Amino acid sequence: MDDQKKLAIIATKGTLDWAYPPFILASTAAALGYETQIFFTFYGLQMLRKDLSGLKVSPLGNPGMPMKMPFGPKWFKGINWNIPNAVQAIVPGYESLATVLMKQTIANNGVASIPELRELCQEAEVKFIACQMTVELFGFDHSDFIDGVEYGGAATFFEFAGETDICLYI
Amino acid sequence: MDFDKELDARGLNCPLPILRAKKTLNELTSGQVLKITSTDPGSVKDFAAFAKQTGNELLSSSEAGNEYTFFMKKK
Repeated sequence: MDDQKKLAIIATKGTLDWAYPPFILASTAAALGYETQIFFTFYGLQMLRKDLSGLKVSPLGNPGMPMKMPFGPKWFKGINWNIPNAVQAIVPGYESLATVLMKQTIANNGVASIPELRELCQEAEVKFIACQMTVELFGFDHSDFIDGVEYGGAATFFEFAGETDICLYI
Repeated sequence: MDFDKELDARGLNCPLPILRAKKTLNELTSGQVLKITSTDPGSVKDFAAFAKQTGNELLSSSEAGNEYTFFMKKK
């Protein structure tokens, strides 16, 4: 066995905000010399799609998410728009609006976009494994996903995970 | 301090300064020095941690205004 450190991540969420932790940790681990794998299952499969525009963020039922505007004078940006869940739920396009604002905030803060982070992971040879069972369950086709993805199941995950130093479920 | 290559990581946030530094270090040979400038306050601890884990030597880490400057010697 070599002494290279190893990291395995299970990515299960399919929203813009939750796409960050797996890709940030995986790309950084690779830069630190870790051999890294991410196993994408259930909603996490969204992160492997060729078209990532479906990744959205929802403030609905998420009391931890500040709703602030990414533009305007400082006092305006500082306002936390406390919009009741009932209102968020009935306004059409509320989620898309929140996503547009979030993406602007991300860019304003010099934070990488998800497509950029995903590409950095691939450049750093982070291995992407998609759960074949959920690919079928959700009616996806391999052609929906980017190149370089391997397909496997739980046993495939454990083959690598069993040898890792760090294993995270996100 | 003398350096062989410079990386401008100003305006970038975690983890980009580290990832760009790693990529730039790949272009250097052992013993060469990379100068990195960043504006991310988190990069101070991050570059120390990066150096410790990768064996590249952090020769100096300093702050002036809202900018952080690092000199890193490639392993």
